[in-house]
Amino acid sequence: MPTFVRTDKCDGCKGQDKTACMYICPHDLMMLDKDGSATGHAMKAYNQEPEQCWECYSCVKICPQNAIEVRHYADIVPLGGSVQPLRGSDSIMWTIKFRNGTLKRFKFPTRTTAEGSIKPYDGKPVAKMADIGKTTLFTTEVMGGYRAGKKEELIRLK
Amino acid sequence: MAQGTFGNPEIVQEEVDILLIGGGMACSGAAYEIVRWAEAAKAEKGVNLKIKLVDKAAMDRSGAVAQGLSAINTYIGPEQDPADYTRMVSNDLMGITRDDLAYDLGRVVDDSVHLFEEWGLPIWKTDAQGVRHDGAESIREGLPALKDGGKPVRSGKWQIMINGESYKWIVAEAAKKALGSQNIQERIFIVKLVNDKNDPSRIAGAVGFSVREHKLYVFKAKAILLACGGAVNIFRPRSVGEGTGRAWYPVWNAGSTYAMAAEAGAELTMMENRFVPARFKDGYGPVGAWFLLFKAKATNAYGEDYMTKNKALLDDYPPYGQAAVPASCLRNHLMLKEMKEGRGPIYMDTVTALAKLSATLTPKEVKHLEAEAWEDFLDMCIGQCGVWVGENIEPEKKNSELMPTEPYLLGSHSGCCGIWVSGPEDLGAPTAKDEEYPDVPASQPRGWNWGYRSMTTVKGLFTAGDGVGASGHKFSSGSHAEGRLAAKAMVKFALDNKDWKPELDTPPEQLAEEIYKPVRNYLQHKDYTTAIDVNPHYIVPKMLQFRLQKIMDEYVAGVATYYNTNDKMLKVAEEKLEMLKEDSFKMRAKDLHELLRAWENYHRILTAEAHMKHIQFREESRYPGFYYRTDKNFVDEKNWKCFVNSIYDRKTHKWTLFKRKHVDLVDKSKLFKPAAH
Repeated sequence: MPTFVRTDKCDGCKGQDKTACMYICPHDLMMLDKDGSATGHAMKAYNQEPEQCWECYSCVKICPQNAIEVRHYADIVPLGGSVQPLRGSDSIMWTIKFRNGTLKRFKFPTRTTAEGSIKPYDGKPVAKMADIGKTTLFTTEVMGGYRAGKKEELIRLK
Repeated sequence: MAQGTFGNPEIVQEEVDILLIGGGMACSGAAYEIVRWAEAAKAEKGVNLKIKLVDKAAMDRSGAVAQGLSAINTYIGPEQDPADYTRMVSNDLMGITRDDLAYDLGRVVDDSVHLFEEWGLPIWKTDAQGVRHDGAESIREGLPALKDGGKPVRSGKWQIMINGESYKWIVAEAAKKALGSQNIQERIFIVKLVNDKNDPSRIAGAVGFSVREHKLYVFKAKAILLACGGAVNIFRPRSVGEGTGRAWYPVWNAGSTYAMAAEAGAELTMMENRFVPARFKDGYGPVGAWFLLFKAKATNAYGEDYMTKNKALLDDYPPYGQAAVPASCLRNHLMLKEMKEGRGPIYMDTVTALAKLSATLTPKEVKHLEAEAWEDFLDMCIGQCGVWVGENIEPEKKNSELMPTEPYLLGSHSGCCGIWVSGPEDLGAPTAKDEEYPDVPASQPRGWNWGYRSMTTVKGLFTAGDGVGASGHKFSSGSHAEGRLAAKAMVKFALDNKDWKPELDTPPEQLAEEIYKPVRNYLQHKDYTTAIDVNPHYIVPKMLQFRLQKIMDEYVAGVATYYNTNDKMLKVAEEKLEMLKEDSFKMRAKDLHELLRAWENYHRILTAEAHMKHIQFREESRYPGFYYRTDKNFVDEKNWKCFVNSIYDRKTHKWTLFKRKHVDLVDKSKLFKPAAH
């Protein structure tokens, strides 16, 4: 299901220092056609290798203009359906349209803290060189996730 | 220096102490852990460690978790023992795994999961009445965090459900803040590791290029973490048009971890192992929640439950078929019997499962159940929803087809290929004093640990996640935790070697030439013909990939032969891969994007070659349902319950394969006596 970019919505991320879809695509697929020489549409983005698209929707979700949609793989899927998200800061809303017109909407949480609010080392101990050879991690004492295991399970230590 | 141009890139040289290659779960874990230990090194030893991370994509959405996930597949929980986890990993991978690595991971993995929850990942909870709540609702309901005794929603013995659309975004935020954006460079594709000039068994650096600017990067480092995922698209996929991209594992995982490690001289292990997931057909949507949470059954086209019907086939593979949960490959084996004998398509009976669940639920709860079923795909495999909407499939009304996919190579999911690494020292693992098979080359370490956790057999080269072989079932959380274990050991290594200076065995200019070869090929020959893609002097990366996939599919047990191969077919593949490898030096790159593809495909070829050689060396069929050697169509516990390892010589392009002894560190018989629990 390769992504496609709508000419009526894409503005080439003019107001920003880089194109959002180019920035995010994990497979380096999205391109900004600055002069229109590749697509006939100057200053708009396009998917340069649609058959390599994983349909991860990273570009769809990040596009500030909601200009990117997905037309499901032509060699597999009958035409007419669509799956389109609207990603907010703490949840995502999906609109799902079937080929036969059936519509479904779902909303799911995505995050329970504010974006950008993570303080990775707040409340965490500093590491001590004396522990560097131990099997623990620096957060072991505070995160409650270390499973020491029953010694008798280790048959070669008996 | 003047600005680089296409064909004449600027060479940027940088020396660091520790280089992290990759930006997925493993390197995100490493970034988080390493900074604290580097601070300790500074505070207590006065040593300032310079650390850098390079990713070929953007960390917010890179690696296998880019799209998100609907479950965390490895969470031990307070009620289970790392030994239970170790047993499960072993049985699912047909008995040949490193107990030391699995156990060590089992000890620490929950720490990472607890951090994810603290950072904002919504984790489903079960309340006192047994009602399940999504991750946001459970906070509103005042249910405690996992760390404080909250009860996760188990979709299996080891899996917990999450609202994971932003999983990677969250984990990357913590990693980026920990390491600092000034120490992270995105869109740099590292393609080669460089050994030390004075000690070829040691790593000294890595080279790669920017896919955005005409810049080539040469890094020197004392220690390197190589964690660039598994290998996808080395076999011809079932969909070859636009659907080529709809791989089950991320299409950008190009085998770079295995290929770069092999070229640097690192010992690989179990490269014969592969994973052939049985998934929803074409979209490759996950089946775990359907089987485990919604209790759906898979059937043949005539409604027969083939796991029950073909149960006797499991007895052909003792003891692995006789565990409470038979190995993944054996479940495929039972499905394949139905397909081969003409009783396909195979279906997931979603209709019956949802009807059964709905029978006792209120309309509101039914609505909730439907949302859960859709979220399972929307969080991690939106493409499957695309198939469903296009084909008008509503799971409560129409069953969906299942299909085993093309083979994948990986070490973090239900697979165990990868690199041979040093393990923990406190679990009773074999040491240099223990017996080892005689054909292990003298250059290689004896025993399962040689000083630094997660260090490969190349000094200073570490790996994690898909890179660590002979373990498996780490998944997202385990890869993060494994990155943390490696990070800690790397700091130790860097401190122990603080006065050592890396020297590259090849001058930067020569490395630049090697990396830019596809660009040279293009610029030199492009005007010879009128059609840019058809030229006797070069091959387009895409065509080279097709050639690789055709060879692997037809001779090395791809879908074309129902995963069958034999000694004769492997011999043919061997010759064809030799020529393909030679031709890979004639790949062309007409732009930086194609240069990225060229090097990805070079990595794919080396990974594929390792896979083929390992299958050829192992004279049995260890993973029935994943591949069959029809000339040795049995599991041979007497002769082949051992690791198959290999080393590659990048000068002669030759592989050396050998056996390593397998040893159990935990009692596996418990798997096969359920009454004993």
